[in-house]
Amino acid sequence: MRLAAVLVLCAVFAMALVGTVWQIAGQPVGGTLPETVADAMADSGVDHPVTAVLLNFRSYDTLLEIGVLVIAAIAGISMARLPSLEDPELRTHDSLLHALQRWFLPLMWLVAGYLLWAGAVQPGGAFQAGAVLAGTGVLMRLGGMPMNFLQPRLLLRVGLALGFAVFLLVAVVSAAGGDAFLAYPEGMAKPLILLIEIFLTLSIAMVLLSLFVAAPVNDAREPAEGESE
Amino acid sequence: MSVHLLYAFAGAGVFTIGLFGMVFMVHLLRKLLAFNLMGSGTFLVLVGLAQHRNGVDPVPQALVLTGIVVAIAATALALVLIRRYFHLTGQVTLEPGSRDDEGHS
Repeated sequence: MRLAAVLVLCAVFAMALVGTVWQIAGQPVGGTLPETVADAMADSGVDHPVTAVLLNFRSYDTLLEIGVLVIAAIAGISMARLPSLEDPELRTHDSLLHALQRWFLPLMWLVAGYLLWAGAVQPGGAFQAGAVLAGTGVLMRLGGMPMNFLQPRLLLRVGLALGFAVFLLVAVVSAAGGDAFLAYPEGMAKPLILLIEIFLTLSIAMVLLSLFVAAPVNDAREPAEGESE
Repeated sequence: MSVHLLYAFAGAGVFTIGLFGMVFMVHLLRKLLAFNLMGSGTFLVLVGLAQHRNGVDPVPQALVLTGIVVAIAATALALVLIRRYFHLTGQVTLEPGSRDDEGHS
């Protein structure tokens, strides 16, 4: 009975959705967004349109996005029981993993750095590099490497907030200089974008990694209110 | 009927499958997976439809890239919350009083 009702609902919704897509697809092209982007590429400081949109033309979205990520990470960490953030029981002691790690970790750091740099001219950039870096962190964690910076202390908080803070600082400085909020000064776009991307990469990796680390719940005693761990 | 339009229709299909899972499934992890399917369907519609009409368009692509990263973070946060909820109540569903551990629908 319930299955039938849900199926009917989904079928009706799917038909409405397909009909809307079909209708929009049939309409004549209205906007000239790709042309606008292509015309402004020379001022953007980078050569890849997606990176230009992300970090120059629509950098407001990216600023808010890293803000959302930081909030998610803080919420995730505050949900976790603090001792579980560095639980030795969760580490594996697999010698194969240890041997592989020695080969993979430097390679993955190299890949992350390459992706970050390649974002200026081809697909890549802070988010892809941050994801690779976070994957490296997960591998390190599973392999039992000590990662003391993941303890919920000053270093973790600074790492989480760094990307957002640097981004906001650049935005506010350009606004204080009489320009628009988030408008890069003439000729400074490339170095500023690179600066923001480097810190974004670090922060995104920290956010994803800390959410991964925060997920397991163990039976550690919950610290009482106001008590330090 | 270009290949990009096909992506948009596939996105509509994926979204509907996700909607079905979201409404019908009871287990919280399945709901989360279904929710992710809905997000992926939305991304496909957004990019496919824009490419069908405008050619390769960097603006929707950048929006979808932003959306993917936010979706990953939201999924991870949801997993943390679900695990915490399970740890506190022993339940895997939001149905009141069903303390089953398999939680299949």
